[in-house]
Amino acid sequence: MNRIGVIGAGHVGPVIARLALDAGYGVAIAGSGSPEKIALVTQIVIPGAEPRWTADAVAGADLVVLAIPLHKFAAFDPALVAGKVVVDAMNYWPATDGVEAAFEDRRYSSSEIVQRRLAQSIVVKTLNHIGYQDLEDARRPAGSPDRRAIGVAADDLHAAAAVAEVIDRIGFDAVRLDSLSAGRLLEPAGPVFGALLGRSEFERMLSAKAA
Amino acid sequence: MGTSISDAAAVKFPLVFGLDTFGDVTHDADDRPLSHAQTIRNLVDEGVLADQLDVDFFGIGEHHTDDFPLSAADVVLAAIAARTKRIHVGSAVTVLSSDDPVRVFQRYSTLNAISNGRAEVILGRGSSIDSFPLFGYDLADYEELFEEKVNLFAELLKGGPVTWKGNTRAALHNQDVVPHTEFGPFPTWIGVGGSPQSVVRAAHYGFSLMLAIIGGSPARFAPFARLFHQALKSFGRDPLPVGVHSPGHVAETDEQAREEFWPRYLQVITHVAETRGFAIPTKESFMYEVGPRGALFVGSPETVAQKIAATLPALGANRFDLKYGMGGLSHETVMKNIELYGTQVIPRVRELLK
Repeated sequence: MNRIGVIGAGHVGPVIARLALDAGYGVAIAGSGSPEKIALVTQIVIPGAEPRWTADAVAGADLVVLAIPLHKFAAFDPALVAGKVVVDAMNYWPATDGVEAAFEDRRYSSSEIVQRRLAQSIVVKTLNHIGYQDLEDARRPAGSPDRRAIGVAADDLHAAAAVAEVIDRIGFDAVRLDSLSAGRLLEPAGPVFGALLGRSEFERMLSAKAA
Repeated sequence: MGTSISDAAAVKFPLVFGLDTFGDVTHDADDRPLSHAQTIRNLVDEGVLADQLDVDFFGIGEHHTDDFPLSAADVVLAAIAARTKRIHVGSAVTVLSSDDPVRVFQRYSTLNAISNGRAEVILGRGSSIDSFPLFGYDLADYEELFEEKVNLFAELLKGGPVTWKGNTRAALHNQDVVPHTEFGPFPTWIGVGGSPQSVVRAAHYGFSLMLAIIGGSPARFAPFARLFHQALKSFGRDPLPVGVHSPGHVAETDEQAREEFWPRYLQVITHVAETRGFAIPTKESFMYEVGPRGALFVGSPETVAQKIAATLPALGANRFDLKYGMGGLSHETVMKNIELYGTQVIPRVRELLK
């Protein structure tokens, strides 16, 4: 896995793009419009990333990170990411962003609902539960005593392993959850949301909640 | 990559030191909350004290909850303006998306008249969202609301009749909006929390940039200041000031400041954690935020001054607004904080940055 396409140039997308660049990945990033619209932001805030139209950012990518506001997801064209492994870094967070009818069915985790719409893609939930403002500072090399954990929830084992490797390379311990459904433990109001935890404490919080 | 900041720093804006409050309800000696009315009267006294101590700016952030009953900041600011001569008064922030830009302009243009040209406005989302349901707006429309209303506000600030059309309010045709400003547009800022495109938007409209740094390392905002200066250049605009807004608390010693602030901080953040997406702080995370790589300016005058003096040059910023107070602190504790900020922190930062 060498190239990552980041969709979303708001609060979260540029931070993830920067982390990926620092870890040695090639990165293309797309905002809601033309590459020109985000050219200056890219040049100054994410130097090294390539501003692209969404289709072009996805085309050359081994992994796509979806970091758009969830209320814009309904208008996102699933064909754009068909055949790709897609990291769902979005959150359904009605208290902060308002209610979205499509995500109100609490039988499903938000990423299951995303997966249902992106039927031609393989969805992996991760990078959603640590605040974007903490992601950069919290990175540590493998083996550091204060390395933090990030959860990776997926139904597809190969995709989960590939994404876990990315999480490790950007500076976090990947903790695997065995289904997209279990990904609800990573959601807002869940046991690890917003917290910076080492692997063992992270796993303890997850199992305490799951039990 | 530091070159752009030095370019911008070549244009020296004077150092500016402000105090911001969200009108956090204070408690009495028995730790019972004061009434909203008393909280507001105390707030006026806090603004007057800040003026007496030569603080440059006093800002009130619009909130609509029982813990922060400051829904009509401009009225409180007008009371402060009437009792002061020097200090600038402004919003920190005005939640423009759920307000009417015409009314915001009218209220702050009136404040500008009362204060003899000391009014400022900081436009933003803020981190609380209570005004959206209260005034019947959908949070999902946030972006469009903000974009359109900032656009209209910029038109209103130019003075003269306004013609404007959009989707979020009634159109205006050659409309004279009063009161007219006396000395041209009053200073307007855009408060930015983490979106680089908001930085570009501020530059596009020629508004100054206020970086709201409430968690994590202040230094990570340096690219935003560079982006702002570059964007101004690309829009053919002159350089504009950059400010920093961060929470904190000043007491005689580091220990006292932490002991006073920590339990209140824990209580307030715990209360709002779910709706704002904050993690419940631990003593460890608190001490990190208080330290040199965190966003809390809590400590003795020397500690806080050193941290401000390190932060401003790192961000190419010339202004620091301390968000003082935290729900549950007493009015007396908060007045002491203002006193130490005015008499010790500000002069010390000026000395350090000479």
